[in-house]
Amino acid sequence: MTATHNFGVSPTRGASTADTFKAALYLASATINASTTAYSATGEVTGTNYSAGGVTVTNATAPASTNSSATAGVGYWTPSASITYTNVTLSTAFDTVLIYNSTQSNKAVSVHTFGSQTVTAGTFTLTMPSNTTTTALLRLATT
Amino acid sequence: MLVTTIHGEMDDSLLVKKEGSLDNDIEFTTWTEYWLDDELVHRSVHVTLKTSPALFAEAAEIA
Repeated sequence: MTATHNFGVSPTRGASTADTFKAALYLASATINASTTAYSATGEVTGTNYSAGGVTVTNATAPASTNSSATAGVGYWTPSASITYTNVTLSTAFDTVLIYNSTQSNKAVSVHTFGSQTVTAGTFTLTMPSNTTTTALLRLATT
Repeated sequence: MLVTTIHGEMDDSLLVKKEGSLDNDIEFTTWTEYWLDDELVHRSVHVTLKTSPALFAEAAEIA
């Protein structure tokens, strides 16, 4: 989990700090899926107090792994705080959040869907699952 | 209590409050709406992801 994307502070890539990750919201009508390789403004929500590109993801917890030299395991990572869009009006239904690496040319990390929503002069909060081997936002089998 | 609305801050005593929720394997979501007559003036949403049926764009590359 420190190859292209460095979630921690001891990367193999040669950087000394973790990358910056952002979260952008997409319309229910947008095509955002496993084929998405980078952030794009196409299909992104627009509205009052929403900035294109979304918000920065809080990343205070480095990724963890259960593997050892003898056994395979799971590498996992979850943002350390909820993702919040404050006092926004997003009138067109949206149902997807794209997490991407703004340090690495906006490369996509993951796509997550939820029930279609709108927000009116309100706050949209996306709370993360527990950061465990079975529920973390990102879980990768390691060998 | 003051509520942020499309008309600015309004006292909630002037508004009708409606709440809802959605609970499934993917998410637990709640929303709060405030209505002024027939007009939706505030809607906030809180989505809690339970686990991630994520679509990993670069999973193959990372693995």
